[in-house]
Amino acid sequence: MSTTIAGPVYVLGDNIDTDQIIPAEYLNLVPTIPEEYEKLGSYALIGLARTAGEPPFVPPGAAKTPYRIVVAGRNFGCGSSREHAPVALGAAGARAVVAESYARIFFRNSVATGEIYPVETPTRLLDAFRTGDEAVLDLDAATLTNRRTGAVHALRPIGDAGPVIAAGGLFAYARQTGMIAAAPEEDGR
Amino acid sequence: MSGMTMTEKILARASGRKAVAPGENVWVNADVLMTHDVCGPGTIGIFKREFGRRARVFDPEKVVLIPDHYIFTQDEKAHRNVDILREFAAEQRLPHLYDVGTDRYKGVCHIALAEEGHTRPGEVLFGTDSHTCTAGAFNEFATGIGNTDAAFVLGTGKLLLKVPATMRFVFEGEVPPYILAKDLILQIIGDIGVDGATYRAMEFAGEAVMRLAMEERMTLANMVIEAGGKNGIIACDDVTRAYVGARSRKHFEEVTNDPGARFDAERRYDARRLEPVVAKPHSPDNRALARELRTVKLTRAYIGSCTGGKLTDFINAAQVLKGRRVAVDTFLVPSTTEVSTGLRTHTIDGRPLLDIFRDAGCQVSVDASCAACLGGPKDTFGRINGPEVCISTTNRNFPGRMGSKEGQVYLASPYTVAASAVTGHITDPRELLQ
Repeated sequence: MSTTIAGPVYVLGDNIDTDQIIPAEYLNLVPTIPEEYEKLGSYALIGLARTAGEPPFVPPGAAKTPYRIVVAGRNFGCGSSREHAPVALGAAGARAVVAESYARIFFRNSVATGEIYPVETPTRLLDAFRTGDEAVLDLDAATLTNRRTGAVHALRPIGDAGPVIAAGGLFAYARQTGMIAAAPEEDGR
Repeated sequence: MSGMTMTEKILARASGRKAVAPGENVWVNADVLMTHDVCGPGTIGIFKREFGRRARVFDPEKVVLIPDHYIFTQDEKAHRNVDILREFAAEQRLPHLYDVGTDRYKGVCHIALAEEGHTRPGEVLFGTDSHTCTAGAFNEFATGIGNTDAAFVLGTGKLLLKVPATMRFVFEGEVPPYILAKDLILQIIGDIGVDGATYRAMEFAGEAVMRLAMEERMTLANMVIEAGGKNGIIACDDVTRAYVGARSRKHFEEVTNDPGARFDAERRYDARRLEPVVAKPHSPDNRALARELRTVKLTRAYIGSCTGGKLTDFINAAQVLKGRRVAVDTFLVPSTTEVSTGLRTHTIDGRPLLDIFRDAGCQVSVDASCAACLGGPKDTFGRINGPEVCISTTNRNFPGRMGSKEGQVYLASPYTVAASAVTGHITDPRELLQ
């Protein structure tokens, strides 16, 4: 079982809202339709108010992001209840967000979909990381290590949400643990 | 035993318990599940994937489908999404589909829910939209959820919820005639910040709140999410009973705070001392007094949405606009078809609102929908497609919210938006209200 996520980080500020994560003009895409799920990934964080010189989260023309972990400040994912937001980040290939706090619905949607680990940091990490730094997130030890600086930052344990995300979301977890029937009562599709 | 708040009492009843306390996780039975064209198709997709193609919804009477986001557009996927709602309603025999292109079409879901009698005191309403909290104005628990949670509710009728602690906001005295509910909620959000109520309920109380008309109370509860709140709630009184009684035959049970109810925080305001406020770009908590922003030149004004596109909002705007001309492009979008009708039938000094607005030079959409509040497809009415400086009665002004990232959005009350549209710069409505 993999409990670490390693790769380059993408650094953001406070109050990154769902319109920046996935602007409303892309909400005509339905996350359960496979090709539209992929499209949502290609638009992840396209609404970001970037300053000149900052690289985009997903390179122009690419479907996936080179970044595995997003490091952010307070109130990440505020705004709308659109599940398209954690889906876009996950579909782009990111696996975790490490932020000081989360908007309630975004946190819940991240866990329910199993798309992304929403991990909390008790300290502000915006100045401890630069976009592109290689990092290792250890979910069991609750640490985020910056390979460039060597600093090991203590995080809040992911707790009960961890196994739900590891299983692949709310329904997969409920099946795995016997809370609901093993599979749909018929062939599904 | 200590007493419970209104929110705690609703969640206790809905989970079959005598009592609940903040922080407890409880399985709550849904009275209504609402979804729309943007999140409905994904919710239905998960429902079918997880419960099987032939699964039935938990209770067809309790499922409400209200297409409202991307309706008046050429976008093919937007039309495909409404078709998915239609097919699902037919297959599941859902009686409450407010379908596009029919007499039943309504427009913005949060206002439609109320107008069509789906909001009642004491109930639990889940919706796949963050502004579902609007219905807290009706003394019920109402909150926004994602597609996966909504699919779970669709299949089981239940959802696991953490009981929120309640923050209480009390407005004493009577509001002055130039202050609207939007000023009250922007005042609060400016004080506590966009994450000031995260995971908590926000109760609005006091003489000033209970003097508000139903649609004004809805404006208060609507923007709870802009402070990170889980739900908003207001006590039930004759105003609530009259509104709900005229639209729903279903029995309901009101809730009140117990005498010993505990609050996480209480803030008190003297309503008489409030001044018109504005939230500056790019955050709903970036508050300033309208009179401090006279130097902000505007290129556009917008009146619409679940927050500021109700009939009361248009009546208030018309009080300022009657007999005047707007100095900037001013877009008006009724939230629902009932509001759209009201623009023709409601009069001030014998003039229909629609005529007042057209005489003033406003561009009025007769099509009710969410429209440009959240940008939407490129051809959306009133969408910001460049470096516009817009003052709006909507709820959010994050970067790019109304379309282009180059746009700047100031949030304000219908009075302040109308006054600013007339002068072309941000204007305290006291300058124009008689």
